[in-house]
This record gives sequence, structure tokens and C-alpha cells, in this order.
Amino acid sequence: MMGKEFILHNARQFGTLIGLFILCIILWILTPHFLTVSNLLNITQQTAINAIIAVGMTFVIITAGIDLSVGSIMAFSGVVMASVLNAGLPIPLAILIGIGVGILCGLVNGLLITYGNLPPFISTLGMMSVARGAALLYTNGRPISGFTGDFRFLAVGEVLSIPVPVLVMIIVYVIAHLLLTRTKLGRYTYAIGGNEEAAMLSGINVRFYKTAVYGLCGMMSGLAAIILTARLNSAQPIAGIMYELDAIAATVIGGTSLMGGEGRISGTLIGALIMGVLRNGLNLLGVSSFIQQTVIGAVIIIAVLVDMALKKQRG
Amino acid sequence: MKNIRKTFPGVVALDNVNFTLLKGEVHILLGENGAGKSTLVKILSGAYQKTAGMILFEGKEVDIRTPRQAQQMGISIIYQEFNLIPYLTVAENIFLGREPVGFAGVIDREKMYKDTQIILDDLGVKIDPGSMIKNLGVAEQQMVEVAKALSLNTCILIMDEPTSALTEREIKELFSTIKSLKKKDVSIIYISHRLEELFEVGDRVTVLRDGKYIATEQISNTTAEDLIRMMVDRELKEHYPRNVVKPGGEVLRIEDLTAGNVLKDINLSIRKGEIVGIAGLLGSGRTELARALFGLNKIVSGRIIIHGKSEKISSPRKAIDLKIGFLTEDRKQQGLVLGLSLKDNICLPSVDRLSRFGIVNRKQELITANKFVRNLQIKATGLDQKTMYLSGGNQQKVVMSKWLATEADILIFDEPTRGIDVGSKVEIYKLMNDLKEQGVAILMISSDMLEILGMSDRIIVMHDGKITAEYASHEATQEKILHSALGAA
Repeated sequence: MMGKEFILHNARQFGTLIGLFILCIILWILTPHFLTVSNLLNITQQTAINAIIAVGMTFVIITAGIDLSVGSIMAFSGVVMASVLNAGLPIPLAILIGIGVGILCGLVNGLLITYGNLPPFISTLGMMSVARGAALLYTNGRPISGFTGDFRFLAVGEVLSIPVPVLVMIIVYVIAHLLLTRTKLGRYTYAIGGNEEAAMLSGINVRFYKTAVYGLCGMMSGLAAIILTARLNSAQPIAGIMYELDAIAATVIGGTSLMGGEGRISGTLIGALIMGVLRNGLNLLGVSSFIQQTVIGAVIIIAVLVDMALKKQRG
Repeated sequence: MKNIRKTFPGVVALDNVNFTLLKGEVHILLGENGAGKSTLVKILSGAYQKTAGMILFEGKEVDIRTPRQAQQMGISIIYQEFNLIPYLTVAENIFLGREPVGFAGVIDREKMYKDTQIILDDLGVKIDPGSMIKNLGVAEQQMVEVAKALSLNTCILIMDEPTSALTEREIKELFSTIKSLKKKDVSIIYISHRLEELFEVGDRVTVLRDGKYIATEQISNTTAEDLIRMMVDRELKEHYPRNVVKPGGEVLRIEDLTAGNVLKDINLSIRKGEIVGIAGLLGSGRTELARALFGLNKIVSGRIIIHGKSEKISSPRKAIDLKIGFLTEDRKQQGLVLGLSLKDNICLPSVDRLSRFGIVNRKQELITANKFVRNLQIKATGLDQKTMYLSGGNQQKVVMSKWLATEADILIFDEPTRGIDVGSKVEIYKLMNDLKEQGVAILMISSDMLEILGMSDRIIVMHDGKITAEYASHEATQEKILHSALGAA
């Protein structure tokens, strides 16, 4: 599938991509420092964490759910991982434990939603507070720091001159894209979000796959926790506050509908990059962080308004 | 309405259509799905703007820009899906947006309920103005819609498929309401697919086909055959082209099945290449029976025997693995994922079979989808078209394909042709014949008596969760079936 058909099929993604380019061109004109290799690498590196969390969020939102607990889960799995690392466990094992904590929290969300029949908003709102409290309790509110250079490599290292976090992000996106487009899990994710009853009547084990999707979302939080901890050289129990909103924003800007049933992983990447470019550009321009907040909020609203207007036109 | 034309990007929905409505008449608007009936009434009721042509209202040319404007002129429309708010009362719904207000803008509830009562009495319906909409049945909700239209001083009432969800008795009540409306000089535009009821309720009929005006006739001067010919432009020799296939061995037997809250002591057997029609009124347990066979209803006692083996069907997945397919009654809510493509919908129950280690064989998916789109002649722009953009008949064919793709040999069809145009209906019947020849056993639940009589090899009638009668196709008549369906032994 190439050429015109390809463009038509991915019209929404191209629209967002054009938006990203326009944004880059404006920033390039306004500040010459924007379009340098070091700055662009810097942006992707800063984007990586939000982009990875947004992958899980995209899956969840396609099932017509929401996950408000991603930031808290990230903080919790970060501090657990840091503590076992400092206790002398080898790095790979510590990483697995960190990701495992994320998956577990996600599965609890999923089970509460599928077997407890709780709305996703409520169960993940609860988890947001529970996981945050657990992180604070576990650390007595103090950050855990002082890791070996080997661990720090995960944030500051480079492979083939690509920063490790960017590499991780790319791998996660490729896998997620394949998961969503070529596997049973992917097909069922769309079907459940599009019409849960029809999916159930088509023989899909809706509870199983929905729980799996929340588990996957928790896993992404665990993965993000590794990169953040390595970058800051410290695991903070108060890390990741408001990250859920950034992840939701990236997903929604990327064209995934909050109603569920549609969305693309590539769109989410572009959405996350738009958020990253915007933050970076406003920083370069010396715009105060208060104004930044306002601008980013406005961009989210405008992106969705434009999307809805285009959808309506297309019928 | 004169020379009405309406285009959507890429499509001409209406081309040079003429339509005249007389005072106090019931004018039937007839045509297959996609013929332009809905578009025409939407232009009249202000939901769409015409591209060309003109509308004359009481002799004067008018320009109807919004539904509100249409309402003020006395044009109301009752859609198939009602526009009522479930958690408000009847009176609150009727006066929504124009509540009588008293001192300081407080709603004068007493007046509102009294006025509602007057309207309802006038219509001759017994509904409490204080009941909540969600507690009313479909027929009662429809009456509330009619009452709402009347309270707006409606002189033109448009009804889109008003009987599609009603039982026989409710339809009778609706017709008597329509007659009393006629006496009040209200003109009615009535859209329906059910030919038999047109003759009962209509004065004149206008037929549309592919967005074009075909003819307007006095109902008394025409026959069902004439109308069908005008609608489809091809002779439909047989509405119900049932073929006779010698049934093979037994594939399914139900013994003393009691399930859910409704089903009691069901005994039933079906053989290869047989269509068993299940008749009964709403609430008689027909759909419950289908759901029990598909693992959706808790089985209290009794056995389900498939290919000679007693099976526990605990979930739809289990049922599909046992090669049972269930075409549900509600295509949009239960049958299709409207936001997904034809291909994804057709393959949905088969994804499991089309995958290895969780990875879907996309080539096989395309082949499967392509095969059914071709065999069933599904009209679409491509395999990637979202099913929400297909016509009802084509949507139903997608649901059929979905179950055929699972290679099921027991198919349960719940109201397979509801809300589908005549042309597609016949195609679906032909498909059922083909399936019979391939040795598939079909259980067909239907409220359409002629369909039951026309297509079934055997007919089972249910009442109050029990099977009350069984007829061979040659001995069944409408009277006998109705008799058994009403529970009269």
C-alpha cells in the first residue's frame, strides 16, 4: 500500500505530522538554536518518558478506558527498583522487578475494572492515590539515589550515537505498532473499544484482554521509571505528578478518540513530539513556565477542536 | 416539494424528486434502503438543506433552515431512535425546552402535568404523565413522541419505521392512533418497509428508487407486487424462495432445558440442512433460547447435545468452538463494531483461528474477507470501509459473513431481515438456501409471520418461555401460529 492510498488511509496522521512541521518551522524562524542536532536530540530525549507512557495510554484509551494512575505507578516502581538496586541486586534483575511492579499495579487496575465492574476513571483514580502513597511509605518520603555508572548508562549512554532513552522509545514504538496492527491483542483492543458487547458476542474474552491492556499500560510506567531514575540518578516518590495528563494529551493530539475504538500508535508518537517541541521551544524563547502551562493547554484544546471539525467534514 | 435535489460530496442522494402531501392523508414513502426516503424527510424537517428545488407549504414557497423552524411551521418528525430523555418524566419530556413557567421562572409543574394529561387523553392512551421514560415500553415511548408532536400543534407528522420494534397488538393501537390523527386533519408521512401494513394504514404511496422519484399511487389502486416492482425494478417472482433439501442427521438436540429466568423445559432437535423457524411474541423466550445456546444464559437443568455429545456451553467462545454462530437481533449494538472496517468485522470471531502465537495472518484475513464480500455481493468501497457507512442490508450481510467465516454448522438467526430493504431480504433468503444445501442447520427467530411461513421447514412456536406448538411447514398457517403464540392451547 503506497502512494495516494497510503496517504488517504493515514490522513489523520499526516495532518498531525504537518502540524508538527509547522510548529518546528515557526520555532526555527523565531530561534536559530532550535534546529540544531544537539537540541533535536535533547527534545527526543526529553520526550522519551512521556512518549513511552503514552503508548500504554493509547492502548487503554482505544479500549474506551482511561488510566489516571500512570504517574504514580511510575514513581512506585521507580523507588522499588532503586531500593533493590542499592541492596546490591544486579541491574537486569532490578529492572525486571521495577517493570514487574508496574505490571502488577496495572493488572490490579484491570481486574478492578473487569471483575469489579468499576469505571476505569474510578479504579485508576484510586490507584493513583494508592500507588503514590505506597511510594511515599516505602521511602519515608525521601528520594533514593547513588547508582553505578552502568545503571546511569540507561539515560546518558549512547548506542550507535543514539541516546539510549531514544533507542528504547523507538523499540517500544515499533513493538507497540506491531502489537496493535498485527496481533490478536491489537484486533481485540480495537473491537472492545468500538463495541464491547459485539466483541463479547464474537467470542472474545473481553475481561482477559482488557486486563492485559491495563497490565501493559502499567508495564510502560515501569519502563519509564527506569529511564527517569537513571536520568535523575535518583528515584523520587513524588516523581511523575501530572504525567497522566501529558500522556493523555499526547494520545489525544495523536488522534486517538476518547470514545475508544480508533487510534494509531504513530499518531501518539507525533502527539508526544508536539508536546516536547512546544515545551522546548517555549523554553528557548524564554517564556515563563506559567505561560507555558497555558499555551500547552490551549494547544491540546485546539488540536482536538480541529480534529473534530475535520472528522465532521469527512462525514 | 418540487424537483428536490440533494448532493453529498461524491453522491447524489436525491435527484429531481417530487412529493405532494394532502391535508389529513397518510402518505407512505416507500423505497429500498438508500433510496433517499430519509434524506427527503430530513430536508422537510430542516435537518438537511436541499441543494436545489423548492418546498411549497400551504401554497407559499418556504425555506426550512433548522429543525426548530420546521417545528414552528408544524412539521414534526419521529425517528426510529426516539429523542426522549430516559431519566425525565413523560410530562417533562413533552414540554422540554418550553416548560410553562410561573412566578420567578419556577416551572409550573401542576399546569405541565395537567396539560400532558389532556394531550394523552385526547390521544386515548393510558400513560401516567409522571412516569419516567426509562420505565416505559417501546410502544409507550412512541406514544409520548406522538403526544409531544401534537403539543407542538403539528400539522405534518413524519414517522420513520414506526412499527419496527412493536408487537402486533401495539401496531394495532398505533394504527388507531393514526386514524384519530387523520380526523384532526394532521397529515402523516409514513416510512416503512413492511408492505402488508401499508395497505392497512395508507391513503397514497410515493415510491423512490436510487434517489429518483418513481411514482405516486392511490393505495387502493395498487398491489404489493406492483409496489415491489417499482421499488426494485425487477420482478420478484418469489419473496420467499424456499428450496427443499432432504435433511441429514441430527446436529443439535435440546433436552428438558431450563435456563435463565424465562426458559422452561425446552425440547428441540434440528437436523443438517434444515431451517427451523421460531415464532412467538416479544418476551416469549425466543431470544433467551438463542442466548442459552450461545453460552449467555445460565443453564439451570437439562442438556444440550451437539453432534451426539452432551456439551456445556459456558461462553460465546465455547459456542463458536462448537461451530455455533449467533446473528443477533440488534445489528448495530450487538452485531457490528461500527467503527471498524468490513474486513475486521468479518474476521472478528475467526481471528483466533487465523492467528498463530498471537500473530494474525493478515493475508489469510484479506482472503477470507474478500471471499465473503464477493460471494454475498456486499456493496462497499473496499475492505477497509468502516461498516457504519454501509446500508442496513449490506451491514447485515457483513454480520452473516462474520458467522459464515467461522465455518459454523449451526446458525442462529435472530430477526435476520429486520429493517432491511426487499432486495437485500431476498438475497439473504437465497443465502439461507445455499447454506441449507451445504448442510448447515439454521434456527431462525422471526416476528415476521410471512418470513416464518415462507422460509421454515419446521416451525416452533413459543409462549411464556415454553414451546407451545410445532408445525411442519405445509400444515402451518398464520392463524395457527398466532393461536399458539398467544398461549391458547
